[in-house]
Formats: sequence, C-alpha cells, structure tokens
Amino acid sequence: MAVSRYELSPSLADLVQRGLAGERRAIARLITLVENRLPEAAAVLHQLTPRTGRAHVIGITGAPGSGKSTLTNELIKEFRRRERSVGVVAVDPTSTLTGGAVLGDRIRMLENYQDSGVFIRSMATRGQLGGLASMTNDVVRVMDACGKDVIIVETVGVGQDEVDVAKAAHSTLLVEVPGMGDDIQAIKAGVLEIADILVINKADREGVERLNLHLQAMLSLAPKKVWRVPILKTVAAQSQGIAELADKVEGHLEYLKSSGEYTQRERARLRDELLSRVREEISRRVLAAEFQPGGLAEMLSRLEDRQLDLAQAALSLLHQAGPGQH
Amino acid sequence: MSQQSTPTAADQQPTANPQATPAADRRIRVLIAKPGLDGHDRGAKVVTRGLRDAGMEVIYTGLHQTPEMIVEAALQEDVDAIGLSILSGAHNVLFPRILKLLKDNNMEDVLIFAGGIIPPEEEPKLLEMGIGAVFGPGTTIEQTATFVRQNVRSAGSLAGGQTGSSESWVEPGPDKEL
Repeated sequence: MAVSRYELSPSLADLVQRGLAGERRAIARLITLVENRLPEAAAVLHQLTPRTGRAHVIGITGAPGSGKSTLTNELIKEFRRRERSVGVVAVDPTSTLTGGAVLGDRIRMLENYQDSGVFIRSMATRGQLGGLASMTNDVVRVMDACGKDVIIVETVGVGQDEVDVAKAAHSTLLVEVPGMGDDIQAIKAGVLEIADILVINKADREGVERLNLHLQAMLSLAPKKVWRVPILKTVAAQSQGIAELADKVEGHLEYLKSSGEYTQRERARLRDELLSRVREEISRRVLAAEFQPGGLAEMLSRLEDRQLDLAQAALSLLHQAGPGQH
Repeated sequence: MSQQSTPTAADQQPTANPQATPAADRRIRVLIAKPGLDGHDRGAKVVTRGLRDAGMEVIYTGLHQTPEMIVEAALQEDVDAIGLSILSGAHNVLFPRILKLLKDNNMEDVLIFAGGIIPPEEEPKLLEMGIGAVFGPGTTIEQTATFVRQNVRSAGSLAGGQTGSSESWVEPGPDKEL
C-alpha cells in the first residue's frame, strides 16, 4: 500500500493533535520521530510547519565547563517567572568511535521537573549526513509548533556543526569564563562573530576585568553592526545577573523585529538548511547507488588509477544521482 | 556492535516518494538514574559509560532522584530503557513507586533494569513486579548491553526484523488512550 508521505495515518494524526495540545508524552514521541528521521517525520513536519514561527529561539554556546547548563537552568526559571513556556534542546557530542553518547546536561536542570511548562530534551550530535543544525532545527520546530514560547538550544561551542546550530537561533549567547586563558583564542574565530550577547559566567572569579577588556577589544575589531553586542556578567550557580540577561535576550528579539533583521535571519537560516538538505539528499542517493555501474565504488577505483580527477568524478556522480533516480 | 547504521523496519515502509526519504537513524536511548538517598554513583557512571561504548545514547541524571523526577525525565527523553542503581536498600519502596508512575503515564513499554546492592532473595519479587532484570556486582557491561538490546521495545526493528510497521512503534499498545 503506497501512502502519500504527507498523509497521516489515524494514529499519527492523533499523536500530532495531542502534541499540538501540549501533551508532553506526545511531544516526546514527535521529537523522536523527527530526530531519528523516521519516514513519518516528513508527514509530521508537514503538518507542524504552518504552526511554527512563534517561538523565540535562543542559542547558548561555550566551552565545556563554562556553565551553559547551569545558566540554561537559571534562564528557564527566569522565563517561567515571566510566564513563558520553555523548551530546551541540550546537545552533547556522540562518540565517533562507538556511536554512543552520554547526555548529562539534565543534571543541572532537575529543579524544573515538576513544571509542566518546561520540556527538556537531550540530544546527541550523531554526526549524521544532514548535519546537526538540520536535525536540531527540526526538533525546535516540533517544540515551537507544540506551543513553547522560548526554546533554548544548548551546544558545546566547538566545531562548525555547533556554530551552525548557534547561527540558527534568533539570539545567540556565547558563554565565557574568567581564567580560561587562551581558550578564547580557539573559540574567537568561529563563535565570537556570531554571538549576539556575550556572557561572562562565574563572574565572582578572578580575572573578570581582564576577560571583559579582552572581549571588548575583540568586539571593537569586528565589523560595526547596528546591534551593539553587550557583555553581561553572571554567576549562574548563585542566580546572579540572570534577570538582566533575560532582559537583554528579550531586548535582542525586539531589536530583530523592529529592525527587520528578524526576517533576514529567518531567510538566511532557511537558506542554510535548504542547502544542507540538498547536500544530504545527494549524499544519500550517491551512497544508495555506491556499487552500481558508474557509482561511488567505481569512481573510487578510477580515482586511484588516476584516470579521473576529483572534480570529474564528483560531477559524474552528481549526474547519476540526478532527478528520477536514487 | 554499534547501532549506527542498522537498517530499521522503517526503511522498508512504502512511500509514494521514497527518493526524498532521508536515511532513518534510530539508536537505543537509556536513562540511568539513582533513586533515593545514596551518595555513591561510581557504579551508575560505569554503566553509563559502558552503555555509551556499546553504542547507546545514555542520559545520566545524577544523584538523589525521586521517582517523580525519574519518570518525568524518562517521559521527556522518550527513552527505551531505564536503569536504576540503588545501594541504600530502599528498592522495595522506590521501585514500586517508579513502576506505578510509569503505569500512570502509560509507559509500561519502557524496559526497567536494576543494579547495585539488592539481596538475591528479593530478586524474584522485583522481577514479578515488573523489573526486567536485576544485575548485581560482577555483572559485565556486555551482559547489561545485550540484555537492553534484546529487550527494548524497538528491539525487533533495531535488529532489522520485520515486527510490524514503524506505526506500531509510534503507538505501542495502551499509549493511545492517553
């Protein structure tokens, strides 16, 4: 029986309805469908997409140990005080060796377990074809459609994948910690330039002013934009500076909307995502035809024999993967 | 054996436009929890790490968890299995509460296993109650991983076996009336 991939079976339609009504178990199931790229995911996202676009998506990134999860926990509580429902996607790395992952961000967010306005989901990076950003965005879409006002996406700020995730948010927070010395060098190239708000967490430690000066110096070198990237100090473990941070985050959303940058960002994000989808689909088709005549395996042999160069081989595979085939 | 690219039953699901279906990627998700008041989680961490190395995604929630916290985390994370580590002797109080909460949430399809210090003579009662297995000291990670792999709700499809469509996985049993 061939079903249209956009047609929902009765039980799936029921699941979607329950998710849209905010039922937590249904939301959890929908996220699993989307995260695992199960065949039903396409139909589910097709149904949910018209209901998305309401949430404020906040990216939180920073080095391991900078206090992202603790800060997320504090922001959850602050946004709840402001009567916003909150979704959290906490991303941790997958072991490249075994494919497994330890997801430990929840440990810092346990206080919120009794609050039905909070939904926390841990996710592993997995390193799959479509890239992390695409997978995370789909999970964010589910939470958005299911009525979360604020969605916090927390990632370790290393590597292009994580930078892409942070870029996909409306407001991106970069968390720095005093006394981590040259760590900032590693992070500055990729993440500092996409941060909308810089947070100096653990600001009760020595070296705050030095870090502050350093960050200001870095910012002064960046191209001038209308939004002046603020530097805020927090001590998340003691709930200090959180309300001010939440104000800034909300202020940033207002700025985006009033300046028209909101629309631009959405478009840029969709563009990245669309291109990533296209890449994913091409890779999938090429891999599916790996051992067919003219497929990946044959191209590899011809490359080894120096009969072809990489560009020729790639074009040839692209032709083979073209429309109507797979 | 890693679960990375195991074909799933879902892959064989007929669709009108199979070209556009991205590769499904399902992995076993396990919550490792420490109910109650013991302050020692070395064992839980070893199991967490071990199951990760067996290719699973393991959510670890730390010490001092109430049954409510454990079940809520399991619900939001949509895990296939929950491992309970307990050394305090309070299992006869905490386990029934966890099982009751799971039942209340129609989550009976989640596999439960236990470890730590549990007197062997109390095992049969726990198994009867609905705990899938009790792993005492000396259990290898491989035993635990194998048990989880073979007994989680998605075991059939993860092994590539055709145990119904993925539809049955979306709505396993009583979940529907929720």
